[in-house]
Amino acid sequence: MELARKHVAALINADPRDIVFTSGGTESDNLALKGVAMYKGRTEGHIITSVIEHPAILESCEYLERVGFDITKLPVTREGLVDAAELERTIRGDTVLISIMAANNEIGTIQPIKEIGRIAQSKGIPFHTDAVQAAGKMPIDVKKDGMDLLSLSSHKLHGPKGVGALYVKKGIKIEPMMHGGGHEHGLRSSTENVPGIIGLGKAAELAKRDFEPVTDRMRSLRDKIIDRIPQLVERSYLNGHRTNRLVNNAHFRFDFIEGEALILQLDFKGIAASTGSACSTGSLEPSHVLLALGLTHEQAHGSLRLTLGRENTYEDVDYLLEALPGVVSKLREISPFNEERPMGASEGGSCVH
Amino acid sequence: MYTEKVMDHFANPRNVGEIPDADGIGKVGNPQCGDVMWLYIKVRDDIVTDIKFKTFGCGAAIATSSMITELAIGKTLEEAKKISRQDVAESLDGLPPQKMHCSNLAADALRKAIEDYETKKAAKAKA
Repeated sequence: MELARKHVAALINADPRDIVFTSGGTESDNLALKGVAMYKGRTEGHIITSVIEHPAILESCEYLERVGFDITKLPVTREGLVDAAELERTIRGDTVLISIMAANNEIGTIQPIKEIGRIAQSKGIPFHTDAVQAAGKMPIDVKKDGMDLLSLSSHKLHGPKGVGALYVKKGIKIEPMMHGGGHEHGLRSSTENVPGIIGLGKAAELAKRDFEPVTDRMRSLRDKIIDRIPQLVERSYLNGHRTNRLVNNAHFRFDFIEGEALILQLDFKGIAASTGSACSTGSLEPSHVLLALGLTHEQAHGSLRLTLGRENTYEDVDYLLEALPGVVSKLREISPFNEERPMGASEGGSCVH
Repeated sequence: MYTEKVMDHFANPRNVGEIPDADGIGKVGNPQCGDVMWLYIKVRDDIVTDIKFKTFGCGAAIATSSMITELAIGKTLEEAKKISRQDVAESLDGLPPQKMHCSNLAADALRKAIEDYETKKAAKAKA
C-alpha cells in the first residue's frame, strides 16, 4: 500500500506522506472542500470556485452555502476558461479556499492552474484543484503549480472503480469527515480498500511510465478529429478551447439535431460517445457546462463528446470520421430544421412533460 | 434503456418526410426542450390516408413519431383522436419514465394536425 502511495505521489510530484486514499473523486472533492472550509467547526467564510465544476464540487459548495459560507462561482469564457485576473479581484479578506478544476470533464478545457496557484500562494489561501480528468493526461506538479489540495480518481486512470486520492500538502489545516480509528494520518478513518489502492497505485505507475507516448498519440488523434470534423460536416462547431484542452477530448455541436439520437446512431456503428455529459443523460436539462459557455438550450442539446482512451488507434479515428457525416445527415433528414428553416427559441410552445 | 421496438423505429423510422399539400399540420415541442415534432396528414372521407413526420429530438422522440404515424394511418379521424400517450408507449413495448413525455408529444401532434384540418375545413365551408 505504501508503494501505491509512492506511485500516486510520483504522478503529481507530491510527497507520499501527503496522499490520502479515499473512495473516489467525489469523496476527495468533498473532503477537500468541507474539510478545509469547516476546519475546527468554522461555519463562515468565502470560497471561490467556477460555474463549470463537477457536481461533486458544486453540490459541496451548495451544502457549505446552506451552512453559512459565501460562495463565488466564477463565470467562464466561451471557450470555458476561468479568468485568473478576475479570480484575483474576487479574493476577499475572509476567503478560505479556492477550488478550480485542472481540466473540465465535459469540454476538456484546461484552466490556468499555474497562474491561479501563484495567486493563491501569494495571498496565502489554500488552493484545491479537481484533477480527476486531468491526472495522467497533462503534466501536473503540485509543487511547481502551487497546489495545496488535489483530487484524483482511479478509474479515470484505467484503475479499478471505487478508489481515489486526495493530496493534502503538509501544513494545510483540514478536518476529517470520517472519524474513527485514525487511518490515513487521521484524515480518513476506515479500513483501507487495499485491493483498490493497489490497483490505483499500479494505474498511476503505468500512467507515469507511459505518459509521453500515450499523450502524444492521443493528442495527434484528437487533433485529427478536431481538424477533420468541421471539414466533413457542415454546421458543426468545436466546443471548448482549441489548444488548452485535454489530449483525449473532442467536443462538438451540430445544428439541427439532438445529441442522444446522435450517440445512439453512432452506437449502431460500434462507436461509443456521449452527449451533454454522461452523468446527466436521462435528464432533460442540458449540461450546466455547455450553458455556461453561453450556448442556448437548443445548441447544447446538439452536442457530442468524443473521448479517447489509451487503446484508441488511427484506424478508430478514421472509422469515426467515415461514419459520422452519414449519421449526421440521416438525422438531419428527419429533422424539421435546416438552413432555410433554422430553429428559433420562439418555435413551438412550452416543454411537454 | 430502450426496448427493441423503440430501437427499430428509431433506426428505421417509418413515414419520415413532409406532405407539401397536407390537409392538416400539427407542430409541437420546442427546440429549447430538446424535442420538436411536426406531423402532416392527408384526409379523405374522414380517414387519415397519408401521414408524415419530421422530428428534432432524442431516440424516443423519433421512435414515438414513427409509431404514431403507423397507429394513425387508415384510421377515421374520431379513432385517431383517441390515440393516447399510453397507446403510443404500449405499442413500443414501453418507454423509460423520463422519456414518457415523448409519447405525449406524439399524441399531441396528431391531435393538433387533426384540429388544424378541421379548422381549415370549417373555414372552407363558411367561405
